[in-house]
Amino acid sequence: MKNKDSEIIICRCEDITREQILECISEGYETIDEIKCVTRAGMGPCQGRTCRSLIAAELSGAYKVPMEDVVMTTFRPPSVPVSLGTLADAYDNG
Amino acid sequence: MKKSYDIVIIGGGIVGCSVAFELAKRRRTDVLVIEQAYLTSGATGRCGAGIRQQWGSVINATLAFESTGIFENLEEYTGYKGNCGLNQGGYLILAYTEKEWGQFHKNLKVQHSVGIDSYAVEVDGINEIVPHLNTEGLYGATFCAKDGHADPFHCTYAYAGGAQRMGVDIETYTTVTGFVVKNGRIQTVRTNKGDVQANIVINCTGGHAAIMAAMVGDELPIYPERHQILITEPVAHIMNPMVMTFHRHFYVQQTPHGSVIMGIGDQAEPVSLNICSSWQFLEHCSYLITQTLPVFRNLRVVRQWAGLYDMSPDRYPIINHAKEAEGFITIAGLSGHGFMVAPRLANLLANHLTEQQDSLDINLFSAERYSRGELLLEPSVV
Ligand SMILES: Cc1cc2nc3c(=O)[nH]c(=O)nc-3n(C[C@H](O)[C@H](O)[C@H](O)COP(=O)(O)OP(=O)(O)OC[C@H]3O[C@@H](n4cnc5c(N)ncnc54)[C@H](O)[C@@H]3O)c2cc1C
Repeated sequence: MKNKDSEIIICRCEDITREQILECISEGYETIDEIKCVTRAGMGPCQGRTCRSLIAAELSGAYKVPMEDVVMTTFRPPSVPVSLGTLADAYDNG
Repeated sequence: MKKSYDIVIIGGGIVGCSVAFELAKRRRTDVLVIEQAYLTSGATGRCGAGIRQQWGSVINATLAFESTGIFENLEEYTGYKGNCGLNQGGYLILAYTEKEWGQFHKNLKVQHSVGIDSYAVEVDGINEIVPHLNTEGLYGATFCAKDGHADPFHCTYAYAGGAQRMGVDIETYTTVTGFVVKNGRIQTVRTNKGDVQANIVINCTGGHAAIMAAMVGDELPIYPERHQILITEPVAHIMNPMVMTFHRHFYVQQTPHGSVIMGIGDQAEPVSLNICSSWQFLEHCSYLITQTLPVFRNLRVVRQWAGLYDMSPDRYPIINHAKEAEGFITIAGLSGHGFMVAPRLANLLANHLTEQQDSLDINLFSAERYSRGELLLEPSVV
């Protein structure tokens, strides 16, 4: 049986479903960055590792453009989460 | 995009979109907004979106107070279906020196004269407002419960959507490359997608505003300065207000979503259009904030980014008519607090362009104040 869009999770960190992504596209949002801004998809601890390409695939399908032409988001540091305490001590130790 | 408009607005940040909305509300709907990427792709989408009314001058306090009133029902005001995310958890502003503490008492008088509900908090009262704060070295603090923050994306989309419903056109992924000025009047806006004629051009390009104005010969003292910000993983709620200090140059707040956002005012930052992140910032910011809020030591940083402040010499907005090109107006120089004053500035500019009365005098913000040596003064900025 086919899953409902409201049950398919695209962004696991922020619990964003395929239905929400498709809704954004039907409202006219055109890029991963815009969808990230309005839904928080890709803003969780994993930095969008999974959902970026899933959203790109939805955009590619909806706007009929090849996957490689979908504008990617900027990859923001740090690439693994680091604690404030560790960073603060690094500053303190010069 | 048509070939000609009454008004062309350049820049799809909070300023450009709110100005478009306010003009349309005043029946100036033959308006085009041009944005080089997507709406909020500039400083607006990178900002802390803090809304503070605790200022030290009547002008700033008024702009922020009256803008807060608009943010308080922006959804209804603009007809937006989403949620603009206003969260009024208050701002707690810390005094780390005797001089600061004295200044804060003067600021409170200014705020009260405008109608802002702020008050002084003695050291032993601080932990009632923020339980885990290390009060060592503090003289006191001031608090305003109606300060807070909103969602910069949704606020901008709210204004933009409202403007579009009244007939405004918005053209994204379109870059303005130049202008044609004829007989001292602005005539044409050049873009990478063709020319557009306009009676009035409003330059709302933030950190790029001086470059844009220089293209019509208007030399403005607005310069870009990089500011960085970081965000942690979401955790249980322990802090409602934004905590900020001018002396230690930082601000930190926990969002309703649970993540903690923080930034510092780096005094050594050179003038540039650089918007890359640095590890120096990550360490310095973590150090400053965990000194005051040791409880955050175990929080993990998940993301950092940077954006531009569009600085003016006295850190007050500039709203300027270009002398060399009649009809060309710049509104920028918002100096790191433009989100919180944009709604009121948009009203001011729209009133001016539709010849309506306004309780504020728009000429106060003209760049001519610099050549006259009449700088506006604000004692409290980070
Ligand atoms: C890290 C950081 C934290 C901040 N925190 C706060 C805060 O807590 N509270 C607060 O009130 N303010 C804050 N600010 C300041 C606030 O972000 C800005 O003052 C405000 O967003 C300015 O809005 P704007 O619309 O003028 O500029 P922008 O949002 O920068 O919009 C200008 C737009 O113009 C476009 N543009 C530029 N050149 C061209 C061109 N040639 N053609 C077409 N389009 C062009 C850009 O793409 C951009 O989208 C912060 C800023 C930063 C960087």
